Amino acid sequence: MTIDVLSPLAVEHSHGSSVGAPVLLRGVRKSFGDHQVLRGVDLAIDPGQFVAIVGRSGCGKSTLLRLIAGLDAPSEGRVAVDGRADGWHDAVRLMFQEARLLPWQRVARNVGIGLAHARGRGDRHRHAVAALRQVGLAGRENAWPSVLSGGQKQRVALARALVSHPRLLALDEPLGALDALTRIEMQDLIEAVWQEKGFTAIVVTHDVSEAVALADRILLLDEGRVAMDVAVDLPRPRRRGDPMAAAIEGRILDRLLHR
Amino acid sequence: MSGRVLPWVVPALILLLWQAAAQFGLLSNQVMPAPSVVAEAAWRLLRSGKLLVNVEISTWRALAGFAIGGGIGFALGMLNGLSSLSETLTDSTLQMVRNVPHLALIPLVILWFGIDEEAKVFLVALGVFFPIYVNTQHGVRSVDRQLLEMGRAYGMSEAALFRYVVLPGALPSIFVGLRYGLGIMWLTLIVAETISASSGIGYMAMNAREFMQVDVVVVSILIYAALGKLADSLARLLERVCLAWNPVYARA
Repeated sequence: MTIDVLSPLAVEHSHGSSVGAPVLLRGVRKSFGDHQVLRGVDLAIDPGQFVAIVGRSGCGKSTLLRLIAGLDAPSEGRVAVDGRADGWHDAVRLMFQEARLLPWQRVARNVGIGLAHARGRGDRHRHAVAALRQVGLAGRENAWPSVLSGGQKQRVALARALVSHPRLLALDEPLGALDALTRIEMQDLIEAVWQEKGFTAIVVTHDVSEAVALADRILLLDEGRVAMDVAVDLPRPRRRGDPMAAAIEGRILDRLLHR
Repeated sequence: MSGRVLPWVVPALILLLWQAAAQFGLLSNQVMPAPSVVAEAAWRLLRSGKLLVNVEISTWRALAGFAIGGGIGFALGMLNGLSSLSETLTDSTLQMVRNVPHLALIPLVILWFGIDEEAKVFLVALGVFFPIYVNTQHGVRSVDRQLLEMGRAYGMSEAALFRYVVLPGALPSIFVGLRYGLGIMWLTLIVAETISASSGIGYMAMNAREFMQVDVVVVSILIYAALGKLADSLARLLERVCLAWNPVYARA
């Protein structure tokens, strides 16, 4: 097997670890003070699956994602990523609604943040450049974040998340602040990267059509519980406006709006 | 081209009028000597070596006081910005002390230190401390929480968070404190040297006053102005280099 430096996946494989990480939640509850946000979530996500979590605002979907990403600990129950339930996991990467780039670091250094700090600077730069190429931002390594558009910033954030070859990518409404066309482009990019790399992906979104366009499986969260678990068995790449997709979207929306 | 020349037209005109007024006796030499006389005095002082010695002494006092006061202010500002325990313990005390105008302490400082170097350095340090302290603390406080969360989510250690997120995030505010502190530094030194000193630019001015050497007094004032301007320009330059990422500070 030849190891292509520009395809980090190959390097990862050569170390013999499978890419996607399984996620297992058992009886997970989370309260903030008296307010119970999650009231018992049981969930098993297969390695490499693309899962979308939808729900009204305040239904606890972001909280759930933060628990999976290890940013918060559950009040009760167990969250295990790849069999480990001890909180933050280096193989998990998180993308936020805002790009959250360090404005005082150039693009390549921002991407380099995603790598373990032990690596040498030259090595980090090389990986950062490769990750930037992957998200279509080759040649922008030395730009300051302030000169990038919103979509480009989110691409840099995606490169930062991907550069360490995560086994689980958690996305918290990553496209919520983008305009409609940039959104579709980013959805296609995320889908393409996911297909190439094979990591487990969990995206939180309030946009049901986005969930249907991206996910293998859609979880609807309502009042702190999983109210609906829908398999989306449509071929990829998915065309927008597909009647099968529209039917699934309609079903989920009906449940969301209690119709 | 006109943009480079135009700002200098008014100062040049004032200088000319000043020279003319002095030349034709409209302005008494005892009130305001002509620019040419002031320039002559500056040249004389420079040749005798007096000017450089006094500038050197004053600059040393200013920098020593700035380093001490600024250093302590920066350290405490960082500490109180990062640790709420430290802030609870010390901030209200510091804010109380801040309300005492440091120049009001001059009689006390003279009683403590006499008119030696310590007195001047102490006053400068005290004056510089607060702007640096307040702005450093504010800078650390206003670092974007979202960036801190991102750093933690990406596995940064506390040391790395400080170096890559907190410090650069606080830097614009720290620079505000720095420039403000530099202004206070010269101001404090002028007052301290004028009231009690046996060397330095302020002493040079007060000594000249005793002998009615108005030209030397004016030279001293201009030297203070030049030193203040120099310090501010250096701070601005440093700001532009350190904050190149920030479109507000980027060179147009």
